[in-house]
Amino acid sequence: MTKVGVVGAGVMGTGVAQNLATSGHEVTLVDVDGATLSAALDRIGLECRMSRMLGGPELDADAVLARIGTGTELETLAESAVVIENITENWDLKARLYPRLDAACKDSTVFVVNTSAIPITKLAACTGRPDRVMGVHFMNPVPMKSACEFIPGYHTSEATKDTVRALLESMGKKPIPVNDASGFVSNRVLMLTVNEAAFLVHEGVADAATVDEVFRECFGHPMGPLETADLIGVDTILYSVEVLYEEFNDSKYRPCPLLKQMTAAGLHGRKSGKGFHSYSHA
Amino acid sequence: MAQDVRDDIRSFIAAKFPGMSFTDDEDIFALGFVNSLFAMELVMFIEKTFGTKIPNEELRLENFRTVVLMAELVQRRAEAAESGAVT
Repeated sequence: MTKVGVVGAGVMGTGVAQNLATSGHEVTLVDVDGATLSAALDRIGLECRMSRMLGGPELDADAVLARIGTGTELETLAESAVVIENITENWDLKARLYPRLDAACKDSTVFVVNTSAIPITKLAACTGRPDRVMGVHFMNPVPMKSACEFIPGYHTSEATKDTVRALLESMGKKPIPVNDASGFVSNRVLMLTVNEAAFLVHEGVADAATVDEVFRECFGHPMGPLETADLIGVDTILYSVEVLYEEFNDSKYRPCPLLKQMTAAGLHGRKSGKGFHSYSHA
Repeated sequence: MAQDVRDDIRSFIAAKFPGMSFTDDEDIFALGFVNSLFAMELVMFIEKTFGTKIPNEELRLENFRTVVLMAELVQRRAEAAESGAVT
């Protein structure tokens, strides 16, 4: 059992907290918004109750929730051995958070950056402990995915890698090591695919349902790229594409204007009830 | 009441899958357009709309396969609540 702090109670942070707690770890989930924390606990409770129905193991929701404490201040993470950060995929927000985390946690605490595109070395430089910062790109939904990208930064120590690898394996994850570059392997390819799919809709070449149909019916993918975008979050897709654009300064990563408009309009996908497809409750 | 419950459940599913047609006793999972994420939404919808908490022993896929089966589940929960059982 490890004391693990989880920062950010959005889709990813909630999944990480659930996965940790069901694996027997003691979790402190921190978010600036109390209502977000309460929604996260509701979600985790429901996921645990439904686990067996969806083909997973039978889980005791009360026991899992008993292993999760919550807080709105970073200071509640002071005693965590590992802190997994899952806040919005935005450089400015993450860069502001890390010096505060650095001050709030004990010296030995290892920081895990859960990011889909931001270089780990660059974020590690925002702390006074770059040897104790490790990147992990978790996949969504976290408790159901059996692998993740495992990304050491330039200064990450072997001891830090060992700590994080052991934690991931205890969560049932296979860490796949890749080197530190914006977007790593997965999102360098996936985000461009989703961005280009959005351009197809934007230009009227095909509607969202048709784009997804081509990928499902012709390629046998379980989900089309725009259904995937709705699952990940349209806003998160935009932020990731923007990060790739900023990091590589290559116009092939220019974000589709439709992604910007949908993000501004609150059409963020499944989590908001509407994205490229509609999920609104009747 | 049973008919209203069926109508509510059917409307919820139909709104999620515009263009798909299904009857009240058709297996929506077998039709292939319902996945595990939607199963979770269904449980949340039923608990919120009908003010009940579905106990673990009732959280089985078999209870959610058709509109009729879901309406029967709601009915059982209502009867349990009336008889003073834990909801």
